[in-house]
Amino acid sequence: MKILVVDDEEDVKSLFEQKFRREIRGGQFEFSFAFSGEEALEYMHNHPSEVVMILSDINMPGMSGIELLKRIRTDHPSAPPQVMMITAYGDAANHDQAMQLGADDFLTKPVNFNELKEKLLLL
Amino acid sequence: MHFIVAFFLIQYVASSMKHTDQAPKWDNFFKYARYYVLALIAIYYIARQPDMFNWVWNLSLLGLLWFFHKEEDFKPIRSTAQSIVPFVGVSMLSDFLELVFPKFHKSYDDIFGMVILFAWIFCFVIWFYARKQQKVLAQERRDRLRDEEIAKEQKQSLEYLVAERTHELTQQKEELQKAIEELKATQNQLIQSEKMASLGELTAGIAHEIQNPLNFVNNFSEVSVELCQELEEEVDKTAIDDNDKDYIKGIIADLSQNQQKITHHGKRADSIVKGMLQHSRASSGEKEPVDVNALADEYMRLAYHGLRAKDKEFNAALTTDFDTTIGTVNVLPQDLGRVFLNLFTNAFYAVAEKKRKLTEAGQLGDYKPEVKISTKKFDNKLYIRVSDNGTGMPEHVKAKIFQPFFTTKPTGQGTGLGLSMSYDIITNGHGGVLEVDTVDGEKTEFRITIPIA
Repeated sequence: MKILVVDDEEDVKSLFEQKFRREIRGGQFEFSFAFSGEEALEYMHNHPSEVVMILSDINMPGMSGIELLKRIRTDHPSAPPQVMMITAYGDAANHDQAMQLGADDFLTKPVNFNELKEKLLLL
Repeated sequence: MHFIVAFFLIQYVASSMKHTDQAPKWDNFFKYARYYVLALIAIYYIARQPDMFNWVWNLSLLGLLWFFHKEEDFKPIRSTAQSIVPFVGVSMLSDFLELVFPKFHKSYDDIFGMVILFAWIFCFVIWFYARKQQKVLAQERRDRLRDEEIAKEQKQSLEYLVAERTHELTQQKEELQKAIEELKATQNQLIQSEKMASLGELTAGIAHEIQNPLNFVNNFSEVSVELCQELEEEVDKTAIDDNDKDYIKGIIADLSQNQQKITHHGKRADSIVKGMLQHSRASSGEKEPVDVNALADEYMRLAYHGLRAKDKEFNAALTTDFDTTIGTVNVLPQDLGRVFLNLFTNAFYAVAEKKRKLTEAGQLGDYKPEVKISTKKFDNKLYIRVSDNGTGMPEHVKAKIFQPFFTTKPTGQGTGLGLSMSYDIITNGHGGVLEVDTVDGEKTEFRITIPIA
């Protein structure tokens, strides 16, 4: 399963790689990383229909996670990937907006990786 | 005739002298003058009315006139006294002519008599007129005295008014000065609270900025623990000497423990940051079911650690007496949290102050700072009590504690807004009551009563 993680913090990459070491080794998950919304869109353009799951931060410089979500839902109506939003601001307004725009799930930071792992394995 | 003139002249002069300061000085003189006149008239009748007696009268009158003229004291009546001059003059002329030219005098006897009579009447007319004038003068003098009296009274009442007004003005001035001082203090506190407000915003910003790196610290340390476990498993698979294996495993265990410590302290920092965020976040304005006991406990600890952060020496016994049957109550959690924070911060401050004062005075004895919280649900009402055995408050402080900007803390340590805000939250926000009971130097207890429908 190919998962694209979008976050402006580059350390997210090594964190995910370490957290999901076993799963990556076992070939269950395959992670790709984008450090901005623009980069994520570019990646999806270059690798069409590959990405099954997108994990995106909301608060990013440039294109925000919400904007990215909007673009994904309009640009890729066919074979839509699952989108899970992650944010430090777990307020209702953010949550409602993300869900309304078609997010499949909503997580607040700090991310509970065990919970995330379970959710990902269920897919 | 002469007797009447002399007698009335003396009488007149004596009566007009009565009003002046020199009256006693001349009393005797008038007495003797009267006796003299009476003696003369007596002698005159005893001596069977001799003609030459007119000379005696005239000379006496002249002497009297001369005397009045000579003495300065008689100046005011001098002109009136002179009115007898024509009478004396004519009388003397008549007598002289009678003596020297008896024949001539005889033929004009009637005319002389008439002239003397006129002169005599003239005297009395003048006297009568002078007397009237004197009465007018006396009246004027009385009026003037009365006017003076009135003026004096008015002056006194004016002086009293002035004194009163001066007193009023002084009082007003003092009040104004007090008002200015209060205004200055309020201004300082406003500046202070403005600083606090911006500090609150800053805190929220800082908290957010810290949150992200802190998440990484926690996540990486957590994953490192997992890695250590994996490493241990991998070491088991290898064919290394058992001693070396144990040594390696020991190192891995230490590493793992270190990572766990990092996670533990990172979580601590995380909860502090969360508390900061929660405190600085604006009130949502909506009531929600809240476990009040947990909320009170959380803020009690937050306040305690807040003070501990500033003063490492500080410690106090935290006693909780929670009614576990309360469950959840519909309240404004952030607002009520602020009330708890304020009440606890004040309570801890009060016990810390008392301890400091006792230590300074060297009378610490067995004083143990204690802050208590108790909750109780009864008859659809929620009762919360926050009490401390700190410094307490005197009556004049107690009367002002719910006023905005009133604080007893040194400048920079209190905004004077905590309790007024708490009061507002309890009364207006929850329709409840916030009361205080205190014994100066001994204890303070705040009682919150909130109706729960």
